[in-house]
This record gives sequence, structure tokens and C-alpha cells, in this order.
Amino acid sequence: MTDGSLAALVVLGAFHGLNPAMGWLFAVARGLQERSRTRVVQALPAIAAGHAASVGAVALLVALTRSVVAARVVAVAGGVVLVGFGLWRLLSSRHFRWVGMRLSLPQLAGWSFLMSSAHGAGLMLLPLITASGRGAGTGGAHAHGLGHAAGSAVSAAVFVTGVHTLAMFATAGIVALLVYDVLGLRVLRAAWLNLDRVWAVALVGAGAFALVTA
Amino acid sequence: MPLWKPDPTFYASPRDAVSAPPERLAYVAAFDPAAERPDALLVLDTDPDSASYGTVVGRTDLPHTGDELHHMGWNACSSALCPYAPHPHVERRYLVAPGLRSSRIYFLDVKDDPRSPTVAKVLEPEELAKRAGYSRPHTVHCGPEGLYVASLGGADGWPGGAGGDDGPGGIALLDHDSFEVLGRWEVDRGPQHLAYDAWWHIAHDVLVTSEWGTPSMIEDGVVGELLLGRKYGHALHFWDMRKRRHVQRVDLGDRHQMALELRPAHDPTRQYGFVNVVVDVEDLSSSIWLWHREGGGKDGPWTATKVVTIPAEPAPADALPPVIRPFGAVPPLVTDIDLSVDDRRLYVSCWGTGVLKRYDVTDPFHPVEDGSVRIGGIVNRTPHPAAPDVPLSGGPQMVEVSRDGRRVYVTNSLYRAWDDQFYPDGVGAWMARLDSSDDGFGFDRRFFPHGDDFGGLRVHQTRLQGGDASSDSYCYP
Repeated sequence: MTDGSLAALVVLGAFHGLNPAMGWLFAVARGLQERSRTRVVQALPAIAAGHAASVGAVALLVALTRSVVAARVVAVAGGVVLVGFGLWRLLSSRHFRWVGMRLSLPQLAGWSFLMSSAHGAGLMLLPLITASGRGAGTGGAHAHGLGHAAGSAVSAAVFVTGVHTLAMFATAGIVALLVYDVLGLRVLRAAWLNLDRVWAVALVGAGAFALVTA
Repeated sequence: MPLWKPDPTFYASPRDAVSAPPERLAYVAAFDPAAERPDALLVLDTDPDSASYGTVVGRTDLPHTGDELHHMGWNACSSALCPYAPHPHVERRYLVAPGLRSSRIYFLDVKDDPRSPTVAKVLEPEELAKRAGYSRPHTVHCGPEGLYVASLGGADGWPGGAGGDDGPGGIALLDHDSFEVLGRWEVDRGPQHLAYDAWWHIAHDVLVTSEWGTPSMIEDGVVGELLLGRKYGHALHFWDMRKRRHVQRVDLGDRHQMALELRPAHDPTRQYGFVNVVVDVEDLSSSIWLWHREGGGKDGPWTATKVVTIPAEPAPADALPPVIRPFGAVPPLVTDIDLSVDDRRLYVSCWGTGVLKRYDVTDPFHPVEDGSVRIGGIVNRTPHPAAPDVPLSGGPQMVEVSRDGRRVYVTNSLYRAWDDQFYPDGVGAWMARLDSSDDGFGFDRRFFPHGDDFGGLRVHQTRLQGGDASSDSYCYP
């Protein structure tokens, strides 16, 4: 994995963390409900865990597929899926549906997993995952893999998921505490850009990138 | 098309919503009592600086007749900000207006020209019956994952249906993008059979429903034998909103007939609310009940406490319509209540006696009456101060409060058949606006559309542009 793609991984993590729909807003709501910052802080690891599970599942699937199928095929197929999913997200007005505020922490992790999956959080990382796999596969200088087979694929997937989730967790945590302690929820009215549309464009862009570089 | 920023009429918390700008327009559901001409959505100018203040400035006739427009709700509201499924970039744009008699549901677009709404979609009663098993749609609430439409009757009760048992009433869930019927909301309805209103404690995953009667019990007027036999609704139902399961029935006692409007606290950290009982069959009084958790905890069983009793007023029999002549008194008939967004004030419509009361409910267990006006009434026929020579029929009925709590709107029709029973010489049509503050509670003399101003239609619920005290729910305190 190059420094550039590592940076991209962190940036995408921060982008996911920044999106209120990915969980920091839920953490803030839990805290406000009980007037307890502890409740905000407790929620964040659960939300990050759900996000990691969603991203990790995609990363693992892609990496393992890549270890048995030609890299080019994976990249092209993944790119097509991404562009299609991104366009659907862009054009459809459907949104994630859920009812329920009073969730236990494991349930919150489950919610985060579903929310991230419905948004295609893992898919967005696809070009980076294939890039990381390519590094491991060719045994390049920046490889973080263990070898040439599945083991290498798995470790690459774990690495991608870990870096991404750390960036997501840090961003979501900072934003959640900033809003809870300093800004207040009025900031939502002015500053909540429609990230779902940006998100959809990012999905299409990631897919196009995967196709171009395949 | 989704917005780039959240709809400016959405507020995260009731504290924020109180600072919303004053409404410039009010939408009023109006119906033709003869069912010969179409019902209409009327638009009233509520901007005091406007030359047409207090007049009807827009009117959209519906494409059918005989709907009996009644209550309305918005396609989207502040609940779109709820953290578990946020989608605040939709627009508050469509008024969802069910026909209580026809079971048709209209979606009226108020965006392009707010003074001239257009009919964007019509949902036919067959769809509601086939997909959800309900008829007589009544209350509409914008929930986080769809539109909740509380309906009074079962599918067999829809006009042209198979007849027979016309219950149970319940909630139909509608898709809030396509406006298609998704299906019956309840997974397990337990002992619930009668329906009327539905609302929730959204941050506690609790839904509450109340009871009136099935269509055959109400559509031709109140049925004396059923009332004296204590057959109308007298219970509240509490539901698990996530699992859609019935949790608990709280019986107010069968003398307390017709438990109608549900006004839960807007503060999402609180778990209490107010409901009105129309009539106590033992003394004709009306009452307000507070529902709350037993012992004040977060998860205890639900219970309800009577916190206000409004007695009947003695009256000579010859001044009374046949339906209540034997009793020698006018029942207050509290048929609507409304709670201000800051949860401090409760407004109570006494449709029989012609009184609109204001209570300080800062301590919800001990409401204190701190304001009262008289208008209309079965016996008194009190005029509006703007037209002191015009005795008024009907009484204060649907009451709506602006988000900042400073203005209160009231209309005078209850329901076609019941209007005709209690005001047999004609219920008329009027609407009033009152100013409400710590300094007082009284009529705005410049706002009194009445009679021909409504083109022969009767007026029922008011919805204020951008939202009001009974349209939105909030996930953040």
C-alpha cells in the first residue's frame, strides 16, 4: 500500500466518521437523553465496531476473491458494482429505515453495522482494498501482507479495516463531543450538508477509479 | 429532489422549535355537510401585517364529494432528524388529508404556491382496505420510517365493503416517499379493538393509542344506548414501537366515555401526556387525564390519573337539543386539547358549553386554570368580540397552538352527524385566533372569519405553515 492510498484510507475514514447518519449523532442523542457524557463516550466504540464489521466484511470478501481470481477481474467487477450502487444512492430517495432509540450497546453495534452496510461504506474502500492487495500480491516494498495466498489477503483486509475504522472512530468521537459539549444541536440546521449525496458521488467516483486503474 | 441543507422547518428539540418564526398561513380542512359539493383545503392569511389578514386567501377543491375532511398531517417533520434513521433533507411539502367518511387520502402539495395547494396524489379506500385492512383514516403522524395513519374502522367497514363487524381500527403505515400503503402497523394488537388517536414517546420507543368507536357507532351520530351502555372507548393502549406489539391497556373506567386526543410531552426525556374524556355518563362532566409511569420510574407499568374535571352546566330543558334534553344540563363535551411545544400550557375545548380554557401544566399532575374565554355554546351562543351582535352556534373545537406558544387557533365543527345532533339549528362555521402570553389570554379582534367567508363549508382542523404544536415530534431534549 502506498502512502497515497494510506492517506486516502484515513480521509475516507474521517468522511464516514463525519456523517451524522453513521452514528455520532446517535451517540449525542443517547447522552442528551440522560444528560450524561459517559453515555456519549460509551456509544462510540460500539458504533465503530459495527462500522468495522461492515467494512471488514467487504474488505475480506474482496481480498479473498482476489486471492483466487485475477486482480483485474475483481477490480472491474467491483468498479461496476460501485458505480451502479452509487448511482442508485444518488437517484433514489430511499433512506435507511429504523425505529428505536433505546438500544443496548450490542444492539447499537448491530445498528451501526446495518447503517454502514446500507450506505455501502465498505464498497467505497474497494479501490484501496484492491490496491492494498496488489501491493501484497506482488511482494512490493510497501506490502503489509504475510505471503502470496489467503493469509496475505486476510491481513491486508484487516489492515485496511483497522486504519479506516480508527480514522472514523477518531473523527466521530471528536465531532460527538464537540457537538455535545460546545456547539449544541442547533449546528445541524446550518451545517448538516446532505452528505448522502456527497457519499453517492464518492461511491461513483471510487468505482470509476477502480475501473480506470484496473 | 432532496435538499442540500435540512428543511428549515425541522427542529432537533422542542426548545429550538419554540424559536420558530410565526406562521404566515394556516391550512384548514373544510367540508360540505350536504356532501354535494367537494370538500376543500382552505388557506388563511395569519400574517398581521398583511392586508388580507384573517381572511381566506386560497381554496383548493378536492376532486370528489362526500369525503368529510377532518384531520391532516405532514409528509415529513422534525422526526426526520432522529438519529437512528436521519433523513432531514426531505421537504415538509405535502399535507396528508384523509376523508374520514370516504376513506380516501389526499396528498396536497403546498410548495410551489403555498396559497394554492394542488392535489398531488389520491389514495383510494380500496388500497387502504386491501393492503392495511383499515377504513376511516383519521390522524396522520410523520414517523421516522413512514406515515402513521390511525384509522377508526376495519376493512369490512369501508363504503361498499362486506359490512358486518366494522372493527378493529388501527394504524396503517404509509411509505413517506411514494405514499403507497405499506400495510397494517400492528404485529400483535392484543385486546385493542377500538381506535381513535395515536402518538408516541418517540425517544422511548413507546406508542400510545386511544379509543372512540367503530364507524357504525359514530357515523350517524352518537348512539344513546351505546353511550348509556358504556360501549364507547374508555381505555388507552401502550405499544412497543419497535416490535409493534401491544404492551398494556389502561382502563379509565367505563363511565369515562370516549378517550380521544393524545398530547404527549414534547420533551423527549419525559414520559407523560394528556388525554381528554368527552363525557362521564354519571354526571355529564368532561375530564383530562394524565398518563405516566407508575412510581415515576423509566420502565414501570403505565397508569393514568384524572387531573382535571369540568362539570356540566345546569340549563333549562327547552334550551337543549333532544339528545341531551332529559338531563337538564349542558355537558362541556371536551373534544380537543392541545399542549404547547414547551409543555407548559394545555388548551381545552369545551364544545358543548362554548368555553376555551387554558391550564398551566408546568406541574402536569396539578394543572392550574389560568385563562378562559367563552364563545358559542349550546345554550349561551356567546358572540365573538369582533361581531358582538352575532350569536354563535357551535363551540370551540379543534384547537391548534403555534410553535412559539403565543397564538391559538380554534374552529367550531366537530363531525357532521354530531354537529347536527348538538346544534340542530345549524352549527355554522367560524374560526378565531387568540393571543396567549403570561399577561393574558384573549381574542384577536381582527381575526374572525365566519359564515359565508367559508363558502358554505364547515371548518375542522387547522395546520399551521411550517408546523405547529401537534404536528412534530422531537428526538432531542
